[in-house]
Amino acid sequence: MSDNQVTNILVVGIGGQGVMTATEILAEAAIALGHDAKKTEVAGMAQRGGVVSSHLRFGNKVLSPQIMAGQADLLVGFEAAETMRWCHYLKPGGLVLMNTARIVPPVVDIGLYDYPADPIAEIKSRGYRVHAFDAMAIAMELGDVRLGNTVMLGAMADHLPFPPQVLLDAILKRFSQRKPHMVEVNRKAFEAGRAADKAANQLSHAEAAA
Amino acid sequence: MAAVMPQPAASRLLLSGNEAVARAVWESGCRVAAAYPGTPSTEMLEVISTYPDIYAEWSVNEKVSLEVAIGAAFAGSRSFCAMKHVGMNVASDALMTLTLTGVVGGLVIAIADDVGLSSSQNEQDSRYWGRFAHLPMFEPADSQEAYEMTKAAFDLSEGFQCPVILRMTTRINHVKALVTVGERVAHAATGFKKEPARWVMTPAGAGKRIPLMFERDKALRAEAEISPLNIVETGKDRRVGFVSSGPAWMHVRESFPDAPALKLGFSCPVPIEKIRAFAATVDQLVVVEEVEPLVEMELKAAGIACLGKDILPRQGELAPNVLKPAIAKLLGEPEPVGLKPLGRATPVPASVFPRPPTMCVACPHLGVYYTLSQLKNITIAGDIGCYTLGAGHPWNALDTTISMGASMGIAMGLDKGRAEADKDKRILAVIGDSTFLHMGMQGLLDIVYNGGNVTVLLLDNRAVGMTGGQANPGSGKGIHGQETPRVDFAKLVESLGVKKERIHVVDPYQLPVLFKTIREEVKVPEVSVIITNQPCVLIDDYKKQQPYEVIAYKCTGCGNCVDVGCPAIHVTRREKVIKPSGKEVELQFVNIETAACTGCGLCVQPCAPEAIVHADLTKPMRLVRH
Ligand SMILES: Cc1ncc(C[n+]2csc(CCOP(=O)(O)OP(=O)(O)O)c2C)c(N)n1
Ligand code: SF4
Ligand code: SF4
Ligand code: SF4
Repeated sequence: MSDNQVTNILVVGIGGQGVMTATEILAEAAIALGHDAKKTEVAGMAQRGGVVSSHLRFGNKVLSPQIMAGQADLLVGFEAAETMRWCHYLKPGGLVLMNTARIVPPVVDIGLYDYPADPIAEIKSRGYRVHAFDAMAIAMELGDVRLGNTVMLGAMADHLPFPPQVLLDAILKRFSQRKPHMVEVNRKAFEAGRAADKAANQLSHAEAAA
Repeated sequence: MAAVMPQPAASRLLLSGNEAVARAVWESGCRVAAAYPGTPSTEMLEVISTYPDIYAEWSVNEKVSLEVAIGAAFAGSRSFCAMKHVGMNVASDALMTLTLTGVVGGLVIAIADDVGLSSSQNEQDSRYWGRFAHLPMFEPADSQEAYEMTKAAFDLSEGFQCPVILRMTTRINHVKALVTVGERVAHAATGFKKEPARWVMTPAGAGKRIPLMFERDKALRAEAEISPLNIVETGKDRRVGFVSSGPAWMHVRESFPDAPALKLGFSCPVPIEKIRAFAATVDQLVVVEEVEPLVEMELKAAGIACLGKDILPRQGELAPNVLKPAIAKLLGEPEPVGLKPLGRATPVPASVFPRPPTMCVACPHLGVYYTLSQLKNITIAGDIGCYTLGAGHPWNALDTTISMGASMGIAMGLDKGRAEADKDKRILAVIGDSTFLHMGMQGLLDIVYNGGNVTVLLLDNRAVGMTGGQANPGSGKGIHGQETPRVDFAKLVESLGVKKERIHVVDPYQLPVLFKTIREEVKVPEVSVIITNQPCVLIDDYKKQQPYEVIAYKCTGCGNCVDVGCPAIHVTRREKVIKPSGKEVELQFVNIETAACTGCGLCVQPCAPEAIVHADLTKPMRLVRH
């Protein structure tokens, strides 16, 4: 990695899913390692179920906070169609980590638009690598949907330019300050996310071989 | 958000531009801070209110917030006010005379432009105010600069005895970046000194202050010429040199690291001579400014050749994806490479449905719009708030939106200016509590005074919902959550002259009552006010109830509940059927996302077959819907 190389991570989903918090934790991890970091999103009305895309750039020195189309090193999608919406932000051949959950907006419910039939296939057809898993189901298994966020962070952990432990520390630091009783279950969620990513990775290799 | 116990000095914190300004305001010893919420400016006051030793308030509108700050500055306190771009339109009456009196205590006004329209009714360039009001302006390019420039702005304000405008944009207000913070230095108020020639702006008094303002302009320009906030970065590729400010500066540096560039931090008055000298060192000068060609026009007027809006857009952000191709074209180079996945020239987005913001599950506005969507032969003047979303699906029940409070006057004009063909149309106006108190009351008074025939729906949800549920005089709470007197809207509108029998307070979850009240009031040929009285679901006053679910076999697919527009209701299946009358209808079978449903009971009411019942909470809740 050259001196002024900047890592670009795009995290996307919908308002209320914790996208911005996830990016903030990632940013804290990067800062803990001494990186410069900038995080941006335009989410004025995100509270009300709109699209959220959160950009994180870190490295020696970060100038523009925005990731441009075709530049993201990693795309993390908290929702299937949203992942598809933003996949062109990835570098050619880039990696997508995605939650397979589908959150259907009212405009689809009332029949004005269709939900894409197969977002994963669509993303793959563009030449990107996809690790897909059901983060909501994993979180529910651990007893709380809100853990979905940590599951997603766990899935990212092996694709960052720093060791997974740094990210885990950033997560646990947050919880130990705000909700100490949630520390252990978040550690589990993180490991479950890592495992889900690994399994999805093996699956994508198996598919490629088949 | 910062804690009440502020982080120690010298900490490096990840702060948004808004948080950085708040910290700097506090450190600068500011004593009074006031604002009316508005994206992307809101968090400045929210965070300031968490610091000790500083008075903070949510004012009823931006003009009042500025006036509060002016009064404090007249009393010799350092003061601050913040607003979104359109807020200054409201506050400008005070600003335009404030520039003549000037201040004693430092006064900093932060204006947040929504470049790119993330959540505003227009995109305007607040840098005009610096020119219009003859006031100095700083433009930070990231959080650290927002922090430093806020501090510098207080010093400049006191040095020149005039307010200083801090111009920010969404891409500064909401971007988080590292900031090294410092200590608070207290500034005691110097006290109000009577000086009528300065503080009482009569025509004669103002006439004497105008030449002083022009003198100040000159001195400020000289200051800008030498200001350390305006810097030149040299570069070896001199084919194009850039002049830029704000977030566009970062995009310029990102896109053209080898080009010489001049950064305007103290951007008004423009340091013309500094730019002239810089221009002489490059082949071509390009001004990169969001959004209007202000600096460009001033440079051209000063005889400095430059390009700007002839090659760059006059709307939206000037990010690298805009800058790189424009400059490549200027230099006769091919479209920049490196952004070419799969051989395409530019990455093409996949086609995915839009996901517009929706009203919250169980929002008290849902019942109002469901009712309005059932009424015929009406025109609805809308206003600004969450209820603006009523213009969208499935209600399509809002016909105009202009500016805060405008629903009143516009409804009046729709009434008085109606065409012959529209003589039986009923005119309604929909306005929220905060918007009503901000700028709507005067319009209602106008309707009453001048005999308008308008049915006003005043949606009192005890909060400024749109900007995140802040308190207002209608919520009975202040910025710190402290108790305050609470406006009694029924009494208020009665005292404006609305007849007592034309004022109704209704529960927006009681659809039959709401429907009947609206239908009857629109028939009455005079002004009526219908006030809804249930809280925004975001605030503490809102209490969840037992959620509902749909009994699938009982659902006839009539779709009535879907028309309510609650995002917890989902269509699971559609089916086309031919009715006995021969008409084809599409049935929509639904379920309710029980984990999201708060049991407001709205959708239950139009369900004839009683398919919607309280959920059995012993079963696992449905979370993800397909
Ligand atoms: C002059 C101006 N100031 C601030 C705003 C930002 N803003 C948009 S809507 C709104 C108020 C909404 O509150 P309310 O009328 O109570 O409606 P609610 O969102 O609660 O339904 C504000 C402050 C604006 N658009 N214009
Ligand atoms: S924030 Fe409040 S007013 Fe706005 S949509 Fe949600 S519930 Fe309704
Ligand atoms: S009762 Fe119906 S309208 Fe109310 S929150 Fe539940 S699903 Fe939404
Ligand atoms: S209103 Fe009742 S019957 Fe009609 S679609 Fe909704 S649940 Fe089904």
